[in-house]
Amino acid sequence: MAQTRVTMMNDPITQGAGPEARYRDFLSEGRFMIQRSASTGKHVFYPRTMAPGTGQTDLEWVEASGRGTVYSFSTVRRSASEGGDHNIAIVELAEGPRTMTRVIGCEPDEVFIGMEVSARIDEQDGEPIVFFVAAPNGDKT
Amino acid sequence: MSGLRGKTAIVGVGLAGLGSAPGWSPIEIMAESARRALDDAGLELADVDGLFVSSSTQAMPTITAAEYLGIKPRYFGGTMVGGASFEAHVLTAAMALHAGLCNVALIAYGSNQRSAAGKLVASVEAQVNEGVYAPRQPITAYALATARHMHDYGTTRTQLAEVAVAARAWAGLNPRAFKREPLTIDEVLQAPMISDPLSRLDCCLVTDGGGAVVLMRADAARDRPKSPVYLLGAGGAHWHRQIAMMPDLTVTAATQSGAAAYAMAGLGPDRMDMVQLYDAFTINTILFLEDLGFCKKGEGGAFVSGGAIAPGGALAVNTNGGGLSCVHPGMYGIFPIIEAVEQLRGEAGDRQLADAQTALVHGNGGTLSCQATCIFGTEAALTA
Repeated sequence: MAQTRVTMMNDPITQGAGPEARYRDFLSEGRFMIQRSASTGKHVFYPRTMAPGTGQTDLEWVEASGRGTVYSFSTVRRSASEGGDHNIAIVELAEGPRTMTRVIGCEPDEVFIGMEVSARIDEQDGEPIVFFVAAPNGDKT
Repeated sequence: MSGLRGKTAIVGVGLAGLGSAPGWSPIEIMAESARRALDDAGLELADVDGLFVSSSTQAMPTITAAEYLGIKPRYFGGTMVGGASFEAHVLTAAMALHAGLCNVALIAYGSNQRSAAGKLVASVEAQVNEGVYAPRQPITAYALATARHMHDYGTTRTQLAEVAVAARAWAGLNPRAFKREPLTIDEVLQAPMISDPLSRLDCCLVTDGGGAVVLMRADAARDRPKSPVYLLGAGGAHWHRQIAMMPDLTVTAATQSGAAAYAMAGLGPDRMDMVQLYDAFTINTILFLEDLGFCKKGEGGAFVSGGAIAPGGALAVNTNGGGLSCVHPGMYGIFPIIEAVEQLRGEAGDRQLADAQTALVHGNGGTLSCQATCIFGTEAALTA
């Protein structure tokens, strides 16, 4: 009887960091990277293995412009001992996708829908995180 | 019209542990609700061969519940789409009954959220690119939708407060409701802000409680003690999980689930005698009345104003007092179904609607994520 030899094969597609881990690695290097489908030009965020809905697998990493507009916002009320009130915003990136974030560098009640903001990579609990600040020449009215 | 219209009916409903039930576990409250629903249907535990359970605290809810109840279901569904799970279960149960996969379907829920946790059950896992910013979920997600609705359509906090005040007025007529004392617009506006623009009184209660419903095929339902409440239509839809991924913060998937339910029922919003919808927050009522076709997009704030959805108003909405004033134990979705059944049977006491033949029930799950709509009717509505 011939002997069969079993060889463990690893899936070549899933070797190395996946999209979410790549994103975090880029952030650690100080780069806010998002994905774009080479064939459709459509941007994707948060990072995926393929374009959501349409399934293109030709996603490439591109540096986000960092420009965005506040789509909606809320002030989360917290006591001073919890760190005080803070903003939560949904920002629409200039490239199209939206992200949850915080607008920092101003009082929560100074944030408004339509406010132009720009991304800033900060650090929270030892991990990189993307916040937004009022754009330098942004619409302040 | 689908082959499912009028093929199944609710034959029993049960409630347990509403308000505060310290010392009771979620499954104990679920089981007591189930027992009462079976009693109401004139059935025994051993008759149940289809089981539908969702839970915030049990990872494998039908297995846990079946063991506890001591039953061996041959069809089961533990779909977890948050508070909309129960309306989704109604559709699945109807399919399973119609296909002959089971004969008696039990949908059950129990929670001790008030006694055990005293706070809203947060989403079980932090969402990618969301949890790190520390939104107070689920409230902040609904606050973001509210802020955008106000921006796009001029909806005001006073209009939102109308929703809370109307719910409280209905609760005043319901001896089972947790909060019954009258509420004013000013009290809602002056309550402490939780996540702007939502104040504490724009948010649902945190209570204990459980509920259960029993469904059978229509032919068998007619042999039960209570008048059958027929399922005329149902549909579900979900478009996102985390709020930043919602395509338009002012338009929910209720536009899709509602359209599916209306198409199956062959009835439109103008034919609904009541609306029982998942009002976790005041914005929900406005969004769903718009998305389910009771008014145009953006006009929900005006639509609810002047007591229009309160007792005696133009449209009866959440006649039990809703999640805002009656009961909200983590997930509310089973309760609007039960309220619709009691109204359609004429069992609703002081809050009973006159000549109610049809009811739209709408469930919401996640952060405006999953929407599921059911349309129920009496025998008269079925044959009309």
